[in-house]
Amino acid sequence: MLDKLEDGPWPSFVSGLKRLASAEDKPYAGMMKGLLGQLERSYETKRGYWKGGTVGVIGYGGGVIPRFSELRGDDGKPEFPEAAEFHTLRIMPAPGMHYSTDSLRKICDVWEKYGSGLIALHGQSGDIMLQGCTSQNVQPCFDEINEMGYDLGGAGPAVRTAMSCVGHARCEQSCYDEIRAHTQIINAFLDDMHRPALPYKFKFKFSGCPNDCMNAIQRSDMAVIGTWRDDIQVDQDEVQKYVAKNGRQSVVDNVVTRCPTRCVSLKDDDTIAIDNRNCVRCMHCINVMTKALSPGKDRGITILLGGKRTLKIGDLFGTVLVPFMKLETDEDFDKLQELGQNIIDFFAENALEHERTGEMIERIGFANFLKAIGLEPDPSMVLHPRANPYVRMDGWDDEAGKWTARHSAKAAE
Amino acid sequence: MSSPAKPRMPVESGVPDAFQFMHPLLKKNYGQWKWHERPRPGVLHHMAESGDQVWTIRAGTQRQMDVFTVRKLCDIADKYADGYVRFTIRSNIEFMVGAEAKVAPLIAALAAEGFPVGGTGNSVRMISHTQGWLHCDIPGTDASGVVKALMDELHEEFANERMPNRVGITTSCCEINCGGQGDIAVNIQHTKPPKINHDLVANVCERPAVVARCPVAAIRPAVVNGKPTLEVDEKKCVCCGACFPPCPPMQINDPEHTKIAIWVGGKHSNARSRPMFHKLVVAGLPNNPPRWPEVAAVVKNILRTYQQDAKDWERMGEWIERIGWPRFFELTGLPFTPYHIDNWRGGRASLNASAHIRQSAVNGSAQ
Repeated sequence: MLDKLEDGPWPSFVSGLKRLASAEDKPYAGMMKGLLGQLERSYETKRGYWKGGTVGVIGYGGGVIPRFSELRGDDGKPEFPEAAEFHTLRIMPAPGMHYSTDSLRKICDVWEKYGSGLIALHGQSGDIMLQGCTSQNVQPCFDEINEMGYDLGGAGPAVRTAMSCVGHARCEQSCYDEIRAHTQIINAFLDDMHRPALPYKFKFKFSGCPNDCMNAIQRSDMAVIGTWRDDIQVDQDEVQKYVAKNGRQSVVDNVVTRCPTRCVSLKDDDTIAIDNRNCVRCMHCINVMTKALSPGKDRGITILLGGKRTLKIGDLFGTVLVPFMKLETDEDFDKLQELGQNIIDFFAENALEHERTGEMIERIGFANFLKAIGLEPDPSMVLHPRANPYVRMDGWDDEAGKWTARHSAKAAE
Repeated sequence: MSSPAKPRMPVESGVPDAFQFMHPLLKKNYGQWKWHERPRPGVLHHMAESGDQVWTIRAGTQRQMDVFTVRKLCDIADKYADGYVRFTIRSNIEFMVGAEAKVAPLIAALAAEGFPVGGTGNSVRMISHTQGWLHCDIPGTDASGVVKALMDELHEEFANERMPNRVGITTSCCEINCGGQGDIAVNIQHTKPPKINHDLVANVCERPAVVARCPVAAIRPAVVNGKPTLEVDEKKCVCCGACFPPCPPMQINDPEHTKIAIWVGGKHSNARSRPMFHKLVVAGLPNNPPRWPEVAAVVKNILRTYQQDAKDWERMGEWIERIGWPRFFELTGLPFTPYHIDNWRGGRASLNASAHIRQSAVNGSAQ
């Protein structure tokens, strides 16, 4: 059946598996023949045949995904003995997934020596997935990869490998230094990554602008999204060129009427005016007129918390925790790290087993969570205030007084 | 190999330094980019404040790559792209070059080796996916196979930018949905409760943890044939499979009853509208390896309808919000069933609490 997946124009993973299985001079040819045998069986029976277990490296409690074949004959022996152990090593790539060919080739060389020769670039978690290693070879393989400067990523109830967009490296829409944020935050939580002891997984993702190319809002517990406070930068000459090239109707249909808060006007001289106070930083007009428009200069981040996939209460979006903070100075980055630390500490102490941050917050209430980690409520955190009166409000005067005090202090600055 | 006397402890180096692996032009202009444009599908052109320019060529890969494929890509990068590459979140590889004249030879080299160039702008993007039968311990299907079969059918749309906006398709081999939200999501949907091997539960499963895992409290401790085990209230069970990972004797996968469902309208970006979750449109499709033709037919129907009816820049979910769900089902010819109406927590928010209805002559006639 797998042969049928070698036809067609898209690159075939099956052809790749077969190349490995037929590399008779390599140590993994037998393992990959076994792998193809098991996979073919799955295609025939529509069943999976892997089970987990416990495999790791010395000094760490996670980062290896153990896989043992369940296909056994009547004698209890594995049907495909050479593929009976087929573990994955999760390796953290550099932020932005940059590689020199030299480093990729070295990874291939190590992996040929100890593993199957099969690499997923990359897993949904953002890891390099070295797929197919025997229990015996996990340690020496990791040792050599580790000597190259790579470290294991996260698995299980742990801080996970993060992802960040190409950002500053090649995108004018990038609003903060994603590589610096990614590196500092993850390196601050390596203990929680390598020695899994949290209630469940905790993911950071870093997107340089609200286009959120890393899917951070829906796929991470803590989403760091670039944004700006001042006005969108406009090059009116480029606007006029765009209008001349594409026509006024195109600008009206594709820019003006697509602005979610109707902030953009096309003027009679084919320049545009933007009502920046009402701009929600959605990125649409900037995405369309890439030469004419770019994010403002007073840049920073919005932080959302609690995104996750379906297990167990259904998919959750991250929701706004910090509407805006600067992320430029050492102090700013330390503040981000401290916030992450506070949230993870609270999560570790208060979440139920196998409960994600979003589920924990839903269970205890967002206002209670804010209070617990010492953040003040902000109207940007909600789409609208509560619509039902069933809440005890005898602390109103205190809370309203705090708000007034904060705002008069800000006004005095 | 002999074991060393003292075990080697890991160097807890964490995230590798990205700059050592970064194309020199990207490194030089880090944080100093001015604008970009797309000269053709699969190619991005970035201008730096310094006047440096970079052309990026994006090509699709099979994600699960053999070392020979990785080395082939390295050979291409060494010969045509200064020895540097990067990967996107959707497993595309990107080559960067500093001169426009280097673009065409690179594209020719990729084409000669069978790597499709595309996946930029308003194209159908490479399908994001998970492990499946190849490596997962709980899969209902094989993600790599579904993706290969679908991308074979859709590769022209990967190589061109002729959709109203980008289309991100995802696949997931169980209802946990590791593949993520998509404009179109192809996901496993189980339709029967787990089949329990009562002989094994007590030895393999931590029973209280399994009971706690169930989203609808349908699992309870039981004794069968004198052995402690678990039982499922099949009237309550939503067949989600959440009990299967912590308790493999509660087998949820079934060759016949594990089906495929298709969801549409998910969107991660904040552009125009807020991020959206995908919504159910079709279920009950057979899990039909090696090419899943029934899935491809539905996906192509939805794509064609979107392509014909949506306006420029409308994502799938935005298009449907504008035209309304009744029109979506009308245009695609897909049936609307009780299963489309959400009974889960918060489901009431998805009911129409208004008299806003796109009335037409056929409304009411089928009641």
